[in-house]
Amino acid sequence: MDPVSRKTITVDVNGEGFEREVDARRLLIHFIRDDLDLTGSHIGCDTGNCGACSVLVDGVLVKSCMMLAIQADGARIETVEGLAQDGELNALQQSFSDHHALQCGYCTPGMLMSATALLRQNGSPSDEEIRRGIQGNICRCTGYVNIVEAIRAASE
Amino acid sequence: MTETIVTPERPLVVEEGDVKPGFIGQSVPRKEDKRLVQGEGVFFDDMKRHEMGFVHFVRSPYAHARIGSVDVSKALELDGVYGTLTGDEVAILTDPFFELSTPPGAHIKDYALAVGRVRHVGDPVAAVVARTRELARDAAELVEVDYEPLPLVLDGEEALKDKVVLHEDAGSNTVWSGVFDWGDFDAALAEADHVVRIDRLHFDRFSSTPLECAGCLVEYNRGTGQWTIHGNHQMPGVGAIWMAPALRVGIDKLRFVSQDIGGGFGNKITLHPQFTVCCLLARKLNRPVQWTEWRTDQHTANTHGNERTFLDVTVPVKADGTMLGFSVRAIDDCGAFPRYEPLGCIIWAQVTPGCYRWRSMRVDFTQVCTNKSPVAPNRGYSRMQHLWLTERIVDIVAGELGLDPIEVRKRNYVKHEEFPYETPNGCIYDSGDYARCLDIALELIGYDSLEERRRDAEARGKLFGIGIGSTLDSGTNNFGQSMILNPELQFSGNNEVATVKLDIFGEVVVTLGTVPQGQGHETTTAQVVAEILGCTPDDVNVRAGHDSYWNSTAGFSGTYASQFAVTGLGAVKGATEKLAGEMKQLAAAVFGCSPDDIELAESHARIKGNPEAALPFMALGAILNANNAGLPPELDITLNVRHVYRPPFEKPDLERKYGNLTLTYATQIHACALEVDPDTGVYEIVDYAAVDDCGKRIHPQIVEGQVHGATAQALGAATHEIFTYDEEGNLLTPNFYDYHVPHALDMPPMKNGYIESESPFTALGAKGMGEGGGAGIHAVCAALQNALGRRGEGPIVWRSCNPYQSVWELMQNPGETRKLVSVESR
Repeated sequence: MDPVSRKTITVDVNGEGFEREVDARRLLIHFIRDDLDLTGSHIGCDTGNCGACSVLVDGVLVKSCMMLAIQADGARIETVEGLAQDGELNALQQSFSDHHALQCGYCTPGMLMSATALLRQNGSPSDEEIRRGIQGNICRCTGYVNIVEAIRAASE
Repeated sequence: MTETIVTPERPLVVEEGDVKPGFIGQSVPRKEDKRLVQGEGVFFDDMKRHEMGFVHFVRSPYAHARIGSVDVSKALELDGVYGTLTGDEVAILTDPFFELSTPPGAHIKDYALAVGRVRHVGDPVAAVVARTRELARDAAELVEVDYEPLPLVLDGEEALKDKVVLHEDAGSNTVWSGVFDWGDFDAALAEADHVVRIDRLHFDRFSSTPLECAGCLVEYNRGTGQWTIHGNHQMPGVGAIWMAPALRVGIDKLRFVSQDIGGGFGNKITLHPQFTVCCLLARKLNRPVQWTEWRTDQHTANTHGNERTFLDVTVPVKADGTMLGFSVRAIDDCGAFPRYEPLGCIIWAQVTPGCYRWRSMRVDFTQVCTNKSPVAPNRGYSRMQHLWLTERIVDIVAGELGLDPIEVRKRNYVKHEEFPYETPNGCIYDSGDYARCLDIALELIGYDSLEERRRDAEARGKLFGIGIGSTLDSGTNNFGQSMILNPELQFSGNNEVATVKLDIFGEVVVTLGTVPQGQGHETTTAQVVAEILGCTPDDVNVRAGHDSYWNSTAGFSGTYASQFAVTGLGAVKGATEKLAGEMKQLAAAVFGCSPDDIELAESHARIKGNPEAALPFMALGAILNANNAGLPPELDITLNVRHVYRPPFEKPDLERKYGNLTLTYATQIHACALEVDPDTGVYEIVDYAAVDDCGKRIHPQIVEGQVHGATAQALGAATHEIFTYDEEGNLLTPNFYDYHVPHALDMPPMKNGYIESESPFTALGAKGMGEGGGAGIHAVCAALQNALGRRGEGPIVWRSCNPYQSVWELMQNPGETRKLVSVESR
C-alpha cells in the first residue's frame, strides 16, 4: 500500500470548524497560516526554538511548527485570534499594551499563547515561574523585562 | 525589578525647549499595540496573491568554489514548478550592484546570484519558484551544480596576504584602507609617563537576528514595467539606489511597501540581492513571487555584524591616569561582499575618542573580504566595535597601572561643562554628563557594598567582578562621511519627510518616510502632532508602515542609525507647523480676522479670548475640500503639506578627514556585577544597571523598552552569541539551537536610570537612541577582567564574546593572554 500523502482533516479553531484536505507533510503552522489564513501565529525559526508559532492544541501549549497538520485532526486549536472577544482585548492582551511588553509585535502572539497556558495552570505565578513559562519563546526586542511585568500584572 | 531615577540632583538640561506641557514626554498608549496583540498586524509573509509562486534559493555548500555548470532541467520537470533563475541569466539581465569603495573594492562585481564562483557557504547560485513552499524546496534539491572547490580564507589578517583572492576583478581581498591621524600622536607619546601596549584585541561576529526573517512578495506590472515589493527592507530608499541601476530601470519603477516588520536592527538593510532575484522572477514568470528566508539561511548567508581585529594598540598615559589618545591598526572583516561597506570604515569615526577627552588618535584601518557571510549594519554599526576598543583600553590600562577604573573614567570623560564638545576629528558631541550617569549606575548596583559582596562571593568559592561600559549612540548621520572614503560619491547631509493633512471630515492624517520595525513611530508621531494642533493623539491617524509611492519619501528615508526622534519627528513637527499655519489662515478668512488672532485648541480653531468663535477641525476640512466657493482667491492653502527635515550639516574636509559626522550623541553607561565559578568558567550576572541619556524623552516607556532590548542583545553578544566557522567555512551556529540568544531565564535583573540632557541641535531636544546596547558587551568584558585577576596577574579579556568555555580557557593559562600586554614606564 502506498503511504498516505494527503488526508482530509477536521479541526476546530477558535470555535469555528474547518475541514480541509492537506499534504501529509504540511506543518500545522503552515496549515493555520496559509490554508486557514489565520496569520497571527508567526514563524521565526526552522528548528522549534523561537515559539512564535505557539498555539494551544486541546488545551496543551504546542509549537505548531513541530507538529504536522494531520496530527491535529479532530483537535480543538486556540490561536491569538481567539483571545479578544468582540474586539475587546482580554486582560492579558491589555496588560501587554499597558506595560509596553511588545515592540515589533512579531513574537507577541506566541508569547501571549504561552502566557495564556501558564496562567490557566497557575493563577499567581512567581517571576521565576513566569520566566519558565515563556522560556520557549524568543523575543529580540524587549529583553523580556516588560513581558514578565505584563504577565505578572495580568495575573493579579 | 526596574528602578528609575527620575530627578537628577542638579540641572542637566543644556537648553530648555519651548515645548509646553502636553503629550510630549508622556507614555501614552501605543497606537500599534491593538492590532499586534490580536495577531492583526500585517507582516510581508501574511500576504497572499492569486497564483503566486514560492521562491527557494539553491545555495552553495562550499565556502569558495568555481561554478562549472548549473543544470535546472530536473527541477523544471517537477509538477508544480513554475520556473528558475540562474547566475548566468542574472549576469545577462542585470548590471553588478554599485560599489561604494575606491579601488580595489570598487572593482568587485556583486550580482544578485553567484556568477562563475561562490564565495561563502550559502551563497545563492540559483532560485526555484513553485506552487508551494515544500515543492520549491524539493525542486531546489534537483538543481545540479558542478563545483570545483578552491582554497579558502576565513581569517581577516590571513586574507590581507592575498594568497587566496576572492574577487579576481579587484585583484586583492582588501576592500578599502586608509590612515586617520588626528591631533599629534608622536607628541603625545613623547609626553607620556607610561606607554601601554596591547598586541591584539578581537571583536567577534554576531548579529541581532531579528525574529522575523527577511522576505518579500513581489508583483510585476507588465503594462507599466513597475514592481511592487511588499517586503521588510528597512532602508528602501537606499535599496532602490542599489536595485534600480542593476535592473536598468528608473527608480520610480520600484515601489517598496511595508506595514509591520518583525525587527530589523540593521540586518534588513542589505536585502537588495535577494529582492532583485524576486523582481527578475516575477517578470520572467509573469506571476507574483514570494520569498521567505529560512532561519538557517539568515544565519549562514545574510548579514552578520562586522568582525574586527585591533592590532598594536598603543596608549600614552600620564602619571595621574590621564590618557592622551591611542594608535591602532584595525582590520575589519566584511565577509564575502562589501554590501553596505566600506561605510563601516568611517562610521566608527563618529565616536573616535569614545566618551573621552583624548586628543591624539592614529588609526590605520583596512577592510578585507573573507569566505564568510557578508556583513550589514548591525545595531550599533561600526561604533560598537570601536567603542569596545576604547573601553578595553581604559580597563586594561587601569588594570596594568593599578588605577581605579571608575576614577580613570571620570578623569578622562568629557566633562559636563565642556559641551558642546568638539572631538579631534571635528565631531560635535551635543550634550551629556557622563560622570553623572556613571554615578547613577554605581548607585543602582550598590557600589558602596561591593567589597562586602566580593567577600561573600569568595566565601562561596566564586570570583566576583564589576565592570563599567560607557558608550555613545551617535545618531542622525551626515552621509558626507562617505566622501571621506570615496570623494567621488555624491552623498552628503541627510533628510526625512512627513506629510500631514486635514481631511474632509476633519481627520488629521500623517504619512512618514520612515520604515518602523517596532519603535512606535505611529505613537510618537501622534504625540507631536497633537501637541502642535491642539488635539489628542487619538485624533491623529498615522498611516501604518511605509510606501515609497506616498509623497513622504526622500533619498535617505528609512529607519536606521538612531535618528527617528530627530529626523522623523523633525519632519513631522515641520509639516504640522505648516498645517497649523494654514488652518489658522483658513479660520481667519472665515471669521474675517488676522491669522494671529486664531489659536488651535481642543480640536478647534478659535479666536483667542473668544471661545465661542470656534470652528471644529471637521468644518475646516470640509470647507477647504468640499465647500470652498467664496473663499478669497489669495488664500493659497491646501491643508495637505509636506516637510523635508534637513539637519544642519556641512561637507567634511576630505583632506583632514575632518567634520561633524552625526548630529546627536546619546549616552549609555552600564554597570555589571558578576560571579565566576573558577572550576568551570561558568559565570552569572548578579546585578546590572543601565543608565541612558537621550535628551528629551518623547515617550519614556518606548525609550526604556529600547534600553532593555539593546541591553539584552549586548548581553547575548557578550556571553553566547557568536558566528563561528569550521576550517572549511561551514557556519557552526546556523540556527537558534546552536546560536543561543537570551531567553527569559537568561536575563539578569536589570535596573534602569536616566537623565535628560536635551540636544541643542534638534527640534525637540531629543536624540536618537536605539543602538546604545553595546555598553553591555563592554561592561561584561570589564567585569570578567576584574573577576579573573588582580593587577599584573590575571588573564587579559581580549575578545568581545566570552562563552563559559573561553573563560575557563583564559583561567587555565593566564600567561598566554598576559603576553598581549606590556607597559613601558619612564
